[in-house]
Amino acid sequence: MEPFKPLAAVAVPLPVPNVDTDQIIPARFLWRKRGDGWGHLLFHDLRFDDAGSPRPQFVLNRAEYRGARILVADRNFACGSSREHAVWALYDYGMRAVIASSFGDIFFNNCLQNGLLPVQLPAETVEALLAALQHSPGAQLGIDLEAQQVSAPAGDSHAFEIDPFRKQCLLAGTDEVSFTLGLANQIESFEEAYERQVSWL
Amino acid sequence: MAEPATMFDKIWSQHVIETRADGATLLHIDRHLVHDGSGNAFRMLKQRNLALRRPDRTFATPDHYVSTLGRDLSAINEPSRRAMVEDLEANARANGVTLFGLKDRRQGIVHVVGPEQGLSQPGMIMVCGDSHTATHGAVGALAFGIGASEVAHVLATQALWQQKAKNMRVTVDGVLAPGVHAKDIILAIIAKISAAGGSGHVIEYAGSTIRTLSIEGRLTICNMSIEAGARAGMVAPDDTTFAYLNGRPYAPKGADWEQALAGWRRLPSDQEAQFDREAHLDAGEIAPMVTWGTSPEAAAPISGAVPDPAAAPDAARRQAMESSLAYMGLTPGSPLSQIAINRVFIGSCTNSRIEDLRLAAKVADGRQAVVPTMVVPGSGLVKAQAEAEGLDVIFRRAGFEWREPGCSMCVGMNGDLVAPGDRCASTSNRNFVGRQGKGARTHLLSPAMAAAAAVTGKLTDVRQLLRP
Repeated sequence: MEPFKPLAAVAVPLPVPNVDTDQIIPARFLWRKRGDGWGHLLFHDLRFDDAGSPRPQFVLNRAEYRGARILVADRNFACGSSREHAVWALYDYGMRAVIASSFGDIFFNNCLQNGLLPVQLPAETVEALLAALQHSPGAQLGIDLEAQQVSAPAGDSHAFEIDPFRKQCLLAGTDEVSFTLGLANQIESFEEAYERQVSWL
Repeated sequence: MAEPATMFDKIWSQHVIETRADGATLLHIDRHLVHDGSGNAFRMLKQRNLALRRPDRTFATPDHYVSTLGRDLSAINEPSRRAMVEDLEANARANGVTLFGLKDRRQGIVHVVGPEQGLSQPGMIMVCGDSHTATHGAVGALAFGIGASEVAHVLATQALWQQKAKNMRVTVDGVLAPGVHAKDIILAIIAKISAAGGSGHVIEYAGSTIRTLSIEGRLTICNMSIEAGARAGMVAPDDTTFAYLNGRPYAPKGADWEQALAGWRRLPSDQEAQFDREAHLDAGEIAPMVTWGTSPEAAAPISGAVPDPAAAPDAARRQAMESSLAYMGLTPGSPLSQIAINRVFIGSCTNSRIEDLRLAAKVADGRQAVVPTMVVPGSGLVKAQAEAEGLDVIFRRAGFEWREPGCSMCVGMNGDLVAPGDRCASTSNRNFVGRQGKGARTHLLSPAMAAAAAVTGKLTDVRQLLRP
């Protein structure tokens, strides 16, 4: 996983509640492999018409948002299926952070496994950010994970909370599996004691 | 004396390998279920040259990509889909994982197979790379879905890092009216608390109505916890649970059973335990439910009407409702019971168990489907049981198709799709845009309601078709 670096980038507003992972990446693509590349499939059916041409109204197809690396969404973003492909599509497209007032629980964890920063802010703050970005298309947001701050176009900044362990992993680009394998002794002794109690397992 | 604890608290604390000063906790995983969508996770393991730590705790069955027309691999006529099933079989073999393969009667939807085999037990922590893993909470387990990277993590370590979720209790008290079932309860709960109502929480379903439900009914309710935004859903184990599990292939036996039982009886939340959030429903007020929109929270009693976006509390919600109604092709104010449908799907990890099929068959018996209707049992064993009871004959006589087990039209990954613009009455769990196929329109409902829609060609209050 790439370490998360301070970010100043074009932010895309997506003011729609309950955007599910089926919208982010339709199920018919899920047979593909991680390494196949997923950015061109992001929001596929919202982004392209049946003939495969870009829908001009869809926000990602507008010239002002080219090179965007931050997505600002509405409540319960990426609810639904556990498909990590939703994160891969956002990441491969170039996104490095998603801001919303709430997230699908599994998507949130999947983000943390891939170096995509999920930023949870109060609903009023997200509404204000969405309004600002719609008012000035192509405006940039800044995100400093170390300082846990989002800075908005008007100069206002907003603190966000993040689990300290996950923060540390994101900043360092920690490989979680290797990290956990470093605790093999603890895992082993837990299993030994545990299995004495549940011997039938 | 120990602090009063919820069932979730108790299961959590029994599985803690290590808690860091910053609160991150490494939890031991009792059971890991994998399916034909788990290929990327196995590849991650292979790329790192890591062994699967606990093949004995890992169980595999193909479900998402399997054909419902036959049990031969060749029935999957699309090579990319067939490769997913072959890949799972190869991964299971290479890693020594127990596989319920296509030709095995135990094969089925992973969330049907787990409880059916007795793999899902009270007090366990279970994970699976599928969002409907909360299903297994119905037997008193803590079960939740994870993504591919975490699947790889569990394969390599049999453990998972978690921040503890909060406790929520949803209490349903009272007696259900005839024609009202578990699916109606969970749709009513989601309509009440919203699709994000359980965010950051594990829900314990409690109350007299839940206590009187069968395990099948509880599985349906816990299954859709994710549709309320919750990490997991669970029901305290009781005599119904123990009777269900006793004698199942992977359930403890003999002295082990007695020992297990003693522990399971200590699992229910303590009387004084505190929940961070509570919600209450009166079962007597729940009617047969249907969804009208593109989120499971867009559910209403069948006696109701398509809501008017003009009445939405704010502009954002109004807009969301408008676009959802445009996709669904529905007019505000029109009665839900007059919506004509093009096809019916009875199946999925929500509603494909024997009890679901009995409810659908009861309505279908002696009637005729007027739209294409497909019944997809949840497992080979459910299929065999249904056939032993003659349910397949009832369905076939009514013109319903009787298929082989799999996820099928719930998500359409095997090619069982709803055509663009078509309207499907479906016992599955998601009515998202394009979920059952590009441009497909989904109305979620119970198996009894689905059968009623099949024989009338429109969303129908099943209570009008009930016979004494």
